Amino acid sequence: MKLGWIIRGVLLGALAVAVFGPLVNMLLWAVAERWYFPAKLPIEYGFSYWERVFRPRGNAMESLFNSVVIAGGTVALCLAVALPAGYALARLRLPLRSLILLAFLLPQAVPNLAVYINVARIFYSLGLNGTIAGVVLVHTVHGLLFAVWITTAAFAAVDRELEQAARNMGAGPLRTFFTVTLPLAAPGILASAIFVFLESLDEFTGTYFVGVPDVMTLPLLLYNASAGGNYQIASITALILLIPSIGFMLFVERFLRADVLAKMGG
Amino acid sequence: MRSASLDVERVAIRYGATPVLHDVSLTVAPGQFVALLGASGCGKTSLLRAISGFVRVASGRITVSGEDITNLPPERRDMAMVFQSYALWPHMTVAGNIGYGLKLRRVNRAGRAKRIAEVLRLLGLDGLADRPVTELSGGQRQRVALGRALAINPRILLLDEPLSNLDARIRQTVRHEIKALQKELGITAVHVTHDREEAMVMADRIAVMNAGRIVQFGTPAGVYNRPNSAFVATFLGADNVVALDAHSDEQTVRIAAATDHDAATLHRANGAGAGVHLVETLNGSAQAHFRAASARLIGAGDAAPDALVLRGRIAQCSYPGGVFRYAIAVGSQQFMVDDARERVPGEAVGIAVPAQALHIFPASGHA
Repeated sequence: MKLGWIIRGVLLGALAVAVFGPLVNMLLWAVAERWYFPAKLPIEYGFSYWERVFRPRGNAMESLFNSVVIAGGTVALCLAVALPAGYALARLRLPLRSLILLAFLLPQAVPNLAVYINVARIFYSLGLNGTIAGVVLVHTVHGLLFAVWITTAAFAAVDRELEQAARNMGAGPLRTFFTVTLPLAAPGILASAIFVFLESLDEFTGTYFVGVPDVMTLPLLLYNASAGGNYQIASITALILLIPSIGFMLFVERFLRADVLAKMGG
Repeated sequence: MRSASLDVERVAIRYGATPVLHDVSLTVAPGQFVALLGASGCGKTSLLRAISGFVRVASGRITVSGEDITNLPPERRDMAMVFQSYALWPHMTVAGNIGYGLKLRRVNRAGRAKRIAEVLRLLGLDGLADRPVTELSGGQRQRVALGRALAINPRILLLDEPLSNLDARIRQTVRHEIKALQKELGITAVHVTHDREEAMVMADRIAVMNAGRIVQFGTPAGVYNRPNSAFVATFLGADNVVALDAHSDEQTVRIAAATDHDAATLHRANGAGAGVHLVETLNGSAQAHFRAASARLIGAGDAAPDALVLRGRIAQCSYPGGVFRYAIAVGSQQFMVDDARERVPGEAVGIAVPAQALHIFPASGHA
């Protein structure tokens, strides 16, 4: 009995270290001024690296700006495709429905590097290499999988009779979509948008092949910093990248639980 | 109030290659309440959905007050439907649901508020306007669904089993409420149900449906007392069925004796005279239908005048309230009979079915 509790305690402790250990390490590096090998903890604490990251000439702010613009653009483009596609896949009797859904999986099914090298070559000839638009396109291909699949599920979950009730009351198809279908599917669509946003913010390989050196994003900055052995800059950049993720979790906590989960239950 | 007439002319519906409605015709007069009554799968809901525009008609015509609406989209038919699931919009309040159709009709804010208040008062929902519909009870949701339909003053009110999700006690009162409202507003209504009693209580006319056809159309008393087929008789509760050998002439029906029943000569119903109800001349093998409530029990050796008497034993007794309900074993069959007197299982009894309680049809091969 007692042994069981001890084992449980040890296992939970190990799990906590596995989850929070790297985070603590990152937090320490972010505020370390000097930290050499034999020392278990930083030798000197300070914020001078933060100043370097955020100083106007430093490229952190530019990378952050790029990252957010690219992620926003990716979300907009993904939704522009996923809203009509998801509605059609959920509502219309399309032939090859599952084949179309599978097609969105295809870019994930083959090795990314091979794809991106070819994409970079083609974009180069189109003049899209090194532009924000090019990076947005690459991220969109990646994000469409989540966007289309989640949006399709969200639309499919809207009870058809609710739409019929609107038609019956005198609303045309378009009006029905905007007053009934879309608001009811909104939580799912929002979830897919956030997912795409986070995926784009985090994306490295595609950005590396299509964007570098003209378009810098936070993950690229992080890579450069840690490849150059500058753990302080890398940790601070990683912390900045964490902010949207935490925001997402808070959002899921607040808005999605009651509404969406209740609907999933029936 | 605008009352419209509804005409369904030889409408057929197919789902793929499967026909679900065969050339059905139905006329509903302005202000009339018609029930489509039938078992599940008989096509009653398909007919209602064809009228509301959600199911495409393969052939035939649907007109409202003379205007052909067969090919109009649902939103241009000016009908209001109460769905079986209520189909209330969960992201709107009670007022939002009821006011939706008014907004589409460009009623201004003040006009909407006035109409919503009127409807809520009419349905006894005062004070609930700003509640989300997800917080309402089943009975309240049903009223909101009805209110949403009535708010727009539709030409025709369509009811798709609107009471089937309510519990039995509430259902009884809501039946009368809907009927009273419909009469008060003078609105033309078509109601789909599989519940015989509900159709009888609510409707002015009942269309009994079977296998994609309307098999009988008439007043509640008409279809109840003069079913035109064995199917309608059984569906409307005359579900005790006796196979017998019978011959009829202008005045009488002669029934030959058999192991389970006595010979009898009974009067035929004609004009005002009560008697056996026939739809065609009997000439040999036939099936007689009667209701548990219209037969009575007599002693094993007793005779009954102008009645068919079956001889059997009490197999089971229950008391649903008011009268005792007996299952009587007659030969290999069982019949249900109501009787006021308490008797013990095993007792030998006679079932006396008065002539006017009998509906006899030529044998169709199966009961």
